[in-house]
Amino acid sequence: MKGMLRLAYKLLVNDRAKFTALLVGITFAVFLMTFITSMFMGVLNHASATVINIGASMWVMDTSVQAITSSIGMPDYVLDAVRSMPGVEYAVPLYSGGALVKLPDGTYQAVTVVGLDDTSLFGRPTLIEGNIEDIYAENGFIVVADAEYAKMEKPHIGSEFELNDHRGVVVGVAKVTVSGLFGTPTLYTTYYRAVQYIPNPRYTISYVLVQPKSPSDIERIKEQVNQLGYLALTKDEFIQKNAAYYVFQTGGGTNILIMTLISFIVGLSVSGQTFYTFILENLERFGALKAIGTKNRGLVSMILFQAAFTALTGYGLGVGLCTVVICLAKLRLASYAAMIIYPSLLVSFVLVVIIAGLSSYVGVRRVLRIEPFDIFRG
Amino acid sequence: MPAVAIKASGLEKWFGEGEAKTIALRDVSVETEFGEMVYIVGPSGSGKTTLLSVLSGILKPNSGAVSVEGVDIWNLNADQLADFRLHKIGFVFQDFHLFPRLNTAENVAIPLILRKKDWNESIQQATKFLDIVGLKERADLPPMKLSGGEQQRVAIARAMVGQPDILIMDEPTASLDGDTGHTIVKFVHDNILTGNRCILVVTHDSRIYEFATRILKMEDGRLM
Repeated sequence: MKGMLRLAYKLLVNDRAKFTALLVGITFAVFLMTFITSMFMGVLNHASATVINIGASMWVMDTSVQAITSSIGMPDYVLDAVRSMPGVEYAVPLYSGGALVKLPDGTYQAVTVVGLDDTSLFGRPTLIEGNIEDIYAENGFIVVADAEYAKMEKPHIGSEFELNDHRGVVVGVAKVTVSGLFGTPTLYTTYYRAVQYIPNPRYTISYVLVQPKSPSDIERIKEQVNQLGYLALTKDEFIQKNAAYYVFQTGGGTNILIMTLISFIVGLSVSGQTFYTFILENLERFGALKAIGTKNRGLVSMILFQAAFTALTGYGLGVGLCTVVICLAKLRLASYAAMIIYPSLLVSFVLVVIIAGLSSYVGVRRVLRIEPFDIFRG
Repeated sequence: MPAVAIKASGLEKWFGEGEAKTIALRDVSVETEFGEMVYIVGPSGSGKTTLLSVLSGILKPNSGAVSVEGVDIWNLNADQLADFRLHKIGFVFQDFHLFPRLNTAENVAIPLILRKKDWNESIQQATKFLDIVGLKERADLPPMKLSGGEQQRVAIARAMVGQPDILIMDEPTASLDGDTGHTIVKFVHDNILTGNRCILVVTHDSRIYEFATRILKMEDGRLM
């Protein structure tokens, strides 16, 4: 069998034009499928930037919240009630909302403001310039140096801006694990200052961040929050809720599915047709092999090997190309929203196996049908 | 080894049914012995190729029996029949059917590779047979770089590399000019035909009749 597979390999790769066409088709399809799903995963990851960056174990919110950006203010008693629940180590408020800042040149820029608990500063970012204590200084804000940083004219410590007619001063520059999705710079300040500076409805707590005493307390806390009429989610559950919102509520998921299917169809068409042509061109030779004494399963093995070899090589090249493109993009744009994750690779792999399977199925049918007698008859 | 190489009796073969029915073989019985180079000749459509296919285990007759070296080949299942062809019969096809993407030595080595022999050993053995047919120097070239006569010799080397007892040649001179065809068949007669081998040749080229041990004439599906 080893020799037959080597024979199949040589028949395939020595036909350089066809083999190249097959590889290009599969590589391109894999590249598109992986890239599209990676891009979407990147978008989903960035959509949960605040959840990831703050890092709280549990989040308490209004039951109507669909995603981190659509927070609904909760009354102060929710915070008090959560703090008094058994199993809660501590609970702090978080403000998360949008605002417009007026820059020194007179232009306005939309920003995301995160208000951290005044006492603990829980969820504070890692500073690359300045001291965290300075956030308590008058009008103190910390700006995140991500891809959107330049939109605030690359502020440095001491830079000033106006927020709802309040003076703001940059007291620190921070980095975060994941930058936001919506193209707006992020400012951190204290919870008290955030609700003071930004016009708000009656209730101001966007989220209550909870640290359970132990993982076993999580379910109990969820139940108690539920009885209170609110929703408590773990960090991962909240990320999933965010992802589900963008996948199912925005049409993004459907678009990605359609684009992935189109890539699949393109790959299937190009590879399927080329592989079929390859089989047709070699049909008489396969017939000759059959006449000489090759069993049907031997011929099937050869064709499956050729399809599998092409598919796996194309898969490797496609994933490699995708990785290179994403890496290059990230060199230029640090917060470029694309990430290759195992499920993306798995989806591409499954689809490429289907492409190889369907392409070889058509070829196998033709080869099994050919009669050695046809070779004699010419 | 029994003296009788192939024994066929009462062979009937037809294609299609009803008005489209075409009878290719009508009650054909034939016996060949080792050491013979038997020609099957006759006009186009007389059933030569059908007979050759039935005798070599490629086309099943509608009735009759074929025994090769005492084995009733049409009682074998598909896999056994494939194995039988691989080990006992060498084929030289009219259009050669060489693989253009393999070099000459690899083409010749195919029957050995199909017998699961080591690749390098198969190539070595193939090169020896290329030497026998005078093409050792061409071992690394693709068949398309060879002349028609050389390709025919590669096809013969491929048929012979497994040292089969029966060699089947279908119109061996059809794709060659007169002199080359004559030279090739003479080569087969002088070098390949031995007392342990039987060669069946389908041809309508009278210029090579001189090499035949026996000539069987066919007409309208019957042996005359």
